[in-house]
Amino acid sequence: MTPPKESAAPARHAWFDESPARDAALPGWWRERAAAAWGRFVELEVPTRTDQAWRFANLAHLRFEGHGPAPAVSESTAADLLARAVGERPAGHAAHFVFANNQLLHADTSGLPEGALCLSFAEALASQPDLVRSRLGEAADCLGGEKFAALLDSADPSGVVLRLPKGCVVEGPVVVQHYVGGERAAVFPRTIVVAEDSASVSLFESFESISHGDETLVLASADLHADRGGRIRYAALQDLSDKGAKLVQFQRAHAGRDASIQAGSVHLGAEWARNESINRMLASGADVRVFSANLANGEQEYDQRTLQSHQAQHTTSDLFFKNALYDTARTIFSGLIHVLPGAHHTDSYQTCRNLLGSDTAEANSMPGLEIDADQVKCSHGSTSGAISDEEIFYLRARGIPAEAARRMISLGFLHEAIEHLGSESLCDYLFARVERKFASLG
Amino acid sequence: MPDAATLEAVNIDQDQGNFSYPEDYAHDAGYGLNESTIDFISDVKGEADWIREFRKRALAVFESKPMPTHWASHDLENIVFENIRYYLAKGQRPTRSWDEVPDDVKQTFERLGIPEKERNYLAGVEAQFDSEAAYSNVKEELSKEGVIFVNSTEGLREHPDLFRRWFGKVIPTGDNKFSALNSAVFSGGSFIYVPPGVKVKHPLQAYFRINAENFGQFERTLIVVDEGAEVTYMEGCTAPKFETATLHSAVVELVAMKDAKIQYITVQNWSNNVFNLVTKRGLAHENAEIRWIDCNIGSRLTMKYPGVIMKGRKARGEVISIALANDGQHQDTGAKMIHAADETTSNIVAKSISVGSGRSTYRGQVHIPKHLKGCRNNTECDALLINSCSRTDTYPAITVRGNRHATQHEASVSQVSEEQIFYMRQRGLSEGEAMSLSVNGFVNDLVREFPMEYSVELKRLIDMEMEDSVG
Repeated sequence: MTPPKESAAPARHAWFDESPARDAALPGWWRERAAAAWGRFVELEVPTRTDQAWRFANLAHLRFEGHGPAPAVSESTAADLLARAVGERPAGHAAHFVFANNQLLHADTSGLPEGALCLSFAEALASQPDLVRSRLGEAADCLGGEKFAALLDSADPSGVVLRLPKGCVVEGPVVVQHYVGGERAAVFPRTIVVAEDSASVSLFESFESISHGDETLVLASADLHADRGGRIRYAALQDLSDKGAKLVQFQRAHAGRDASIQAGSVHLGAEWARNESINRMLASGADVRVFSANLANGEQEYDQRTLQSHQAQHTTSDLFFKNALYDTARTIFSGLIHVLPGAHHTDSYQTCRNLLGSDTAEANSMPGLEIDADQVKCSHGSTSGAISDEEIFYLRARGIPAEAARRMISLGFLHEAIEHLGSESLCDYLFARVERKFASLG
Repeated sequence: MPDAATLEAVNIDQDQGNFSYPEDYAHDAGYGLNESTIDFISDVKGEADWIREFRKRALAVFESKPMPTHWASHDLENIVFENIRYYLAKGQRPTRSWDEVPDDVKQTFERLGIPEKERNYLAGVEAQFDSEAAYSNVKEELSKEGVIFVNSTEGLREHPDLFRRWFGKVIPTGDNKFSALNSAVFSGGSFIYVPPGVKVKHPLQAYFRINAENFGQFERTLIVVDEGAEVTYMEGCTAPKFETATLHSAVVELVAMKDAKIQYITVQNWSNNVFNLVTKRGLAHENAEIRWIDCNIGSRLTMKYPGVIMKGRKARGEVISIALANDGQHQDTGAKMIHAADETTSNIVAKSISVGSGRSTYRGQVHIPKHLKGCRNNTECDALLINSCSRTDTYPAITVRGNRHATQHEASVSQVSEEQIFYMRQRGLSEGEAMSLSVNGFVNDLVREFPMEYSVELKRLIDMEMEDSVG
């Protein structure tokens, strides 16, 4: 007996009519890889209602008929975007990249120390094929988004490849800003960060719309590799147009011996965003911290799936997600702590908290555990609730009006998650963006 | 792997039910399931046409539904529906006296201690042997107050108005593949009605026994407790160990009218060749309370998620569950709380222990739809892993709409720590005693929720000797 087919499901690959690969100048091995990925994309089924990896998701969002690679922006738009990017980037950058519709507009790596390698993805494909090949995440390493991952692999990539050699420490963040615009335009930003032994670096990435209301798709991946004693801090800000824009991002962290990775995302925009965060603690002493702070209003839907995979003894991980919801917004959190056989002495935590700010917002939480080892300390917690009258009363008693009190509490609620990034300047930057959206809610 | 002492300790308890009597049945529907199986059952029972139709519709639903393996264990694929016997009965009518029960059936229940327990502390007992009840009795003063406690065949025949109103309403046939299977071939189980205001002081008990190999037991229980009334119902179950798989697939529906209280206690100790796939759900009206107290020790695979639909204002639902998964066992249990009215509250406390290569899973659903206010849920899941190859999983799903509710979910996984054992050994306890004390401490607060007689038995069941199994 096979499950009944969804009658309303779109045709298998109607999302894209043809392969998004365009650039004939990319190396042959990459183009072959992309062609194989396109074949997989066509074969893979569109997720259905009974698919556990898409439980609670509104599958009506998965319609991308007629989408294709975004066309290049005009020179004047490029100039405007560059000015906007410089005006809005976080302070103190070590390197700065700007991409618009998958094209590199600006690259400045002057702040990087000698030995650090920082290239656009297209350049890296030509000059560092082995690096890309060995560090680019497997398309099958997904939490339900296999079809999207195959599509991403079939396309011409934008984004950066960053490698820090042994002992190389970069102080300021590498800033990468992506812009997308145009009807049914899709972009494919990819990031690879490799911190070799004892190297340390931060990378900040943002996804924004060129103009409000375009139907666009951002399909992105970030592969973070911290080798022995390496440290990576990664933050993604998604502030796309809340109308028309959609995003799917795969974030994969691979932490080696005594390595530490902090990876986070802040979602403020987009009509629909799905984030798959796959975190692997590969060797003893590996530590991964994942956070997310999301402010959803209107009809926005944020769908976040996470995995904390403990693959060796004496590894730790901590996941901390917060969602503030207004209007008819929906959030889905599905997390899994997986302690593999033999990964004894694991410490692992997972928290998802939802603050519901309206009577029609909906929060879905599926915090999961699969424990197959011994001497493990694991726990997860999930709460959903509203600001209590007592909290408001307390602040009003101190002369703060009810509206301002609500705002303070909501902002404080999200701030607690952003703090997990552990970098003051980036936290301040992200928090200012959250405040900006909050102010626009009125 | 658990050591010999562990195995022995666990096996002693499970062996209590490991015996069977030769098969001698007047009615045997044979192997496999089709429309003629259903006609056979309906004819033997002399059922009304609407029941026969109900069964046939259910069979079609069962056949059309896929196995739920897109989320559940693939072990389900090992059930061969053609190799199962769906109805076996000796043609007996349930008697009110143990003296009239056929000898082998009586001896079965005597070995399980049922008549003795009845004398000591039960208000009523029903004992089911394969498909039909062999014994059914309720204390005289309760019958005088209008309490009805019969098996499902009799309930549908003698009290159709009372039971038909709720029959299949809490758990519709199409709820899942196994509720459809039960609806097609159900036989046995209890029908209970408690009239308004009657508070049944002592528990009513049902005992389910599988005797024959390759047999599927499909009892159907419906408990309706009228306004302001209260009842506690307990069920126990055992089966002998066979080489082949046996299927138990019950449907249990509870209806608590305004201000009523139902407490439903299960101690499941099937032998570990039994697939135990049970659908249990209660409907709580205004200010009513439904509590499921569930203990799963036996079976090969148990899938059971007792639920409460809180339909009336201020209704309360609770699931308290203990699961023990040993070698070759998978206890996939949980709870389902559907809030459908304002100010409803629910509480789930689940504790599981995995021993040897056993696997325990918690799967839960809490649903609070929009336009309600003041709903609350609390969920706590704690898992204890005894050996390094033991496994535990937790998969809750919580949906909250609106800003006038509060939910919290917490789960933890732990071991009996080496420090704890060391501490107790310093004070003169053997390693086994220390382990046993720790495990009992882990479940102690839940064991206390069971009636005294059960909690003693439970403690004994859980009181395993686990020499050398630390770490």
